[in-house]
Amino acid sequence: MTLWPRYLRSGSAIFSTVLLTIVFLTTIIGPFFAPASSLDFIGAPFQGPNAHAWLGTDVLGRDVLSRILQGGYRILGLAAAATALGVLAGILLGMAAGYIKGAVDEIIMRLLDVVLAFPQIILALLFVSIIGPVPWLIVLIVAGFHAPQVARVARAATLRVVEEDYVRFAETIGMPRLRILVQEIFPNIMTPLIVEAGLRFTYSIALIAGLNFLGLGTQPPIPDWGLMINENRIGMATNPWPVVVPVLLIALLTIGTNLLADAIGRAAFGLDRGSRETQPASSDETATVQA
Amino acid sequence: MRRVDQNPLARLLVQRILLGLLSLLLVSIVVFAATQLLPGDAARAVVGRGAAQDRLDALRHQLHLDLPVVTQYWLWLRDFLTGDAGTSLVNGKPVIESVGARISNSFTLLILVVATGIPLAITLGIVAAVRRDRRVDTSLSVIALALAAIPEFVIGIGLIVLFATVVLHWLPPVSMVRPGASVFARPLMLILPVLTLIIAVFPYTFRMIRASMIDVLDSEYVEMATLKGLTRRRIVLLHALPNAIAPTIQAIALTCGYLAGGCVVVEYVFGFPGIGQGLVSAVIARDIPYIQCVVVLLAAFYVVVNLLADLVAILVTPKLRRAT
Repeated sequence: MTLWPRYLRSGSAIFSTVLLTIVFLTTIIGPFFAPASSLDFIGAPFQGPNAHAWLGTDVLGRDVLSRILQGGYRILGLAAAATALGVLAGILLGMAAGYIKGAVDEIIMRLLDVVLAFPQIILALLFVSIIGPVPWLIVLIVAGFHAPQVARVARAATLRVVEEDYVRFAETIGMPRLRILVQEIFPNIMTPLIVEAGLRFTYSIALIAGLNFLGLGTQPPIPDWGLMINENRIGMATNPWPVVVPVLLIALLTIGTNLLADAIGRAAFGLDRGSRETQPASSDETATVQA
Repeated sequence: MRRVDQNPLARLLVQRILLGLLSLLLVSIVVFAATQLLPGDAARAVVGRGAAQDRLDALRHQLHLDLPVVTQYWLWLRDFLTGDAGTSLVNGKPVIESVGARISNSFTLLILVVATGIPLAITLGIVAAVRRDRRVDTSLSVIALALAAIPEFVIGIGLIVLFATVVLHWLPPVSMVRPGASVFARPLMLILPVLTLIIAVFPYTFRMIRASMIDVLDSEYVEMATLKGLTRRRIVLLHALPNAIAPTIQAIALTCGYLAGGCVVVEYVFGFPGIGQGLVSAVIARDIPYIQCVVVLLAAFYVVVNLLADLVAILVTPKLRRAT
């Protein structure tokens, strides 16, 4: 693959890979190294760091280090599930719209425009308030926000690829349309979709961590970085660590995934940093900026 | 390009406006339908579990709960459009009273963020474009990329750690103001929420301005001006800068749209008595009429400013103007 040399030459790619490795190791093998149970009370609330609890105790007197080590994998799992679901749905819709064209294209894309016209966090709050803070609901909501944007990227890439000779050839020899989509088109639109999936993963983490912080995601007493920040901020003056460390970990995680997606994008097709969207987009701005 | 004489521009604009209206209608339907998913009904929630049946029936009648769902929706929408958003399940007062006071606080926040954050992002965007690929540009671009990724509440808490609690003690960490009181009573407490939102909206506007300025600076007429021997300063200020007006209007509209959602988390972080914090409290208390009112208002605001951004984009982008 010609992608790797270019990728490895970029400083931000190496930097983000190192960042992500640190955070992923903390979340994935961290739970096995937790010195105490994340639920046991080991002392008075908001004690500073000491020999028994390296990062002190939290609002209820639980070990901060153990809760941090055990509070990351859940959000990574939910974010990965939401991203995978949203990207998959987006690819299916986008490829269908771009390949079948005509009325199907028009209907799919207009419906997705309407979904994009909703402010995400507010709708998330509405549904969570009605149905309750259950994980599957949060995964579905976040995936639902991703699908339209991914569909746009998949559709644009499909429209470029269907004009290629090999697709024409496959059609001429009578290959079934489904097989053309899977064997001829999908492999050739992978690169922009990988970059998009990286960006989507970053938003998934941000959105889910935000809901957890608001107390509308993961429920106590389960350890979670977003929730820990909120639980422990009243004691920041006494023991800042249960707030500072999760804040740093979430920041490093999101910066890492975003820089990585950007680095892959630039290595793959020399994407300029300025022309890449990274915020919730309105219906026309993607077209505007990429025009 | 088929029927240029039929004015494709007008058609595109009308199509956008209709799409916006459709979105508004769908927002209202989704908000109304969501509350239908609740177990039990609003009357039961108001009178409590052990209430007498006749009282329950009377209240159901009063709240139109004995009518078909479609009729209920219509009555709800009609009341809402005439300024009656129902009564709060928490304090029994009309929702619109509490929401009104909070809206003006949130609006203050929005004005301050737009008035300070947008000029900052535009200036730095132009600087980065002019010094393209130099150190200033690459550092600003990487900073923007990193800031774009961090969730707002992490930025907000980070600022509280730095300036209000752990490291320095310059600013108040939370906004101690009763809902309804003016936020200008303690102007210091505005600083951190405004700063958080500026950092949150900066990357987006910065990149938009940088990208459009780079396009302009690469254009033939700028090259022409350079060949004519005009100074760089003159070219940037007189030839290139006017092209930043359209993206600026778009950036303002999209920033407002972003703030419709961004205000929720950031106001909650700082206990700022705005509409977003009101929404979070209502969600925690499951105060359905209050949630309905705020969600519809914020969603409508979001739809309208995005529509404006789209219209500006269509009007100023020749490619889009000719498309369809």
